[in-house]
Amino acid sequence: MSNKKEWPLFEVFIRSRNGLEHRHAGSLHAADPTMALENARDVYTRRQEGVSIWVVESKNIHASNPEQAGELFEPAKDKVYRHPTFYDLPIELKHI
Amino acid sequence: MNEQLTKYLMMLGDNAMILGHRLSELCGHGPSLETDIALTNISLDLYGQVRSYFQYAAELGGEEVSEDTIAFLRKERTYLNVVLVEQPNEDFGHVIVRQFLYDMFQSFMTPALMNSADERIAAIAAKSIKETRYHLRFSTSWMKRLGAGTEESKARIQAAVNHLLPFADEFFVMTAIEKEMYEEGIGPDLQTFKEDFYSKVKEVLIEAELSMPESAPRVVKGKTGIHSEHMGYILNELQYMQRTYPQMEW
Repeated sequence: MSNKKEWPLFEVFIRSRNGLEHRHAGSLHAADPTMALENARDVYTRRQEGVSIWVVESKNIHASNPEQAGELFEPAKDKVYRHPTFYDLPIELKHI
Repeated sequence: MNEQLTKYLMMLGDNAMILGHRLSELCGHGPSLETDIALTNISLDLYGQVRSYFQYAAELGGEEVSEDTIAFLRKERTYLNVVLVEQPNEDFGHVIVRQFLYDMFQSFMTPALMNSADERIAAIAAKSIKETRYHLRFSTSWMKRLGAGTEESKARIQAAVNHLLPFADEFFVMTAIEKEMYEEGIGPDLQTFKEDFYSKVKEVLIEAELSMPESAPRVVKGKTGIHSEHMGYILNELQYMQRTYPQMEW
C-alpha cells in the first residue's frame, strides 16, 4: 500500500448512456492515465454504469474557492430578469 | 466420444478455475484498492467461464453429476489444467506474468474455439472473448509498467518472466484428448499458434524493456493430470467446504 501514496489522484467521469453527459463519479489513484482508465472501468463500471469514461488528473482541475461563494454567486440571486421566464411573450409568438 | 468431450471441457474449465482461484486468494490483499478490485473482477470473469464449461460437462455426465461435483469433488489427478496456472502469487510481478501468459494464450485459443464444431463451446468462447481481450489489455499494460518502472519492479518482473515463461510451452503440447478434439473439429491444433504466441510475448517484453529468458521450456504434464506440488494445497482449500459439508449449497 505504501506505493499508492505516490500515485496521483484522478477524477473519474462516466457517461451512463449515449446522449447523456459525462458525470463525476468519484476519484481514484493511478500511476498513469491508462491505468486510471482501467481502474475506473473496474471500480466504477462493473455494474454496467457506463458506456464512456473520462479521467483527468485532479491537479488539473481548478476550482472556485468556497470562501468566495458570496461574491461569486450571491449577486445573481435578485436578478430574475436573467431568466427567460421573466418576460411576457406576445401572443403571436408560438412554439417558444 | 462424450467422455473425451467431457475431459476436454474440464481442461478448458480447470485452467480458468485454478487461475481464478489463485486470483481470488488476493481478494482484499491486492497491492492497492484499485488493483485489488481489478484482479477480483478478472477472477470472477474466469469463474463465469468455468461455470459455463462445467454446466455443459454436467449435462453430458448424467444425473449424479453437477457443476459443483465437477469443480469440487474430483481427485487431483483428474484435474487437467496446465501447471502454469497453479504457480503461487509470489509477488505482484508473478501474478501479472502468469496472467499475461494465460491471457496471451487465450487471445489465440478463444477465437479458435469460436469456430468449434461444438456449438455450445463456440457460444461460450464467443461470450468469453471480450473478457479475454480486456484481461490481456490489463496484464499487458502492467507488464510494460513494471518492466519500465523502477529498478526493483524491473528486477522482480524479470525474475517472474524467467520463472514462468518456461511453463508456457505446455499450452502447445497436444495431449491425446486435444488431438481427438482437433480431429472432430471441436478444438484447434495448438501448434498453429505457438509461433505467433511467442512472437507476441517477445514484442511485449521488448516494449517492457525486459529480456526473453534463455532457459529451455519446462516439461510439465498438468494437462494429463500430473501437477506441481502446489496443486494439493490449492485443492485442499478449494474443496474444503464441499468435503466438510457434503452437498451443501448456497
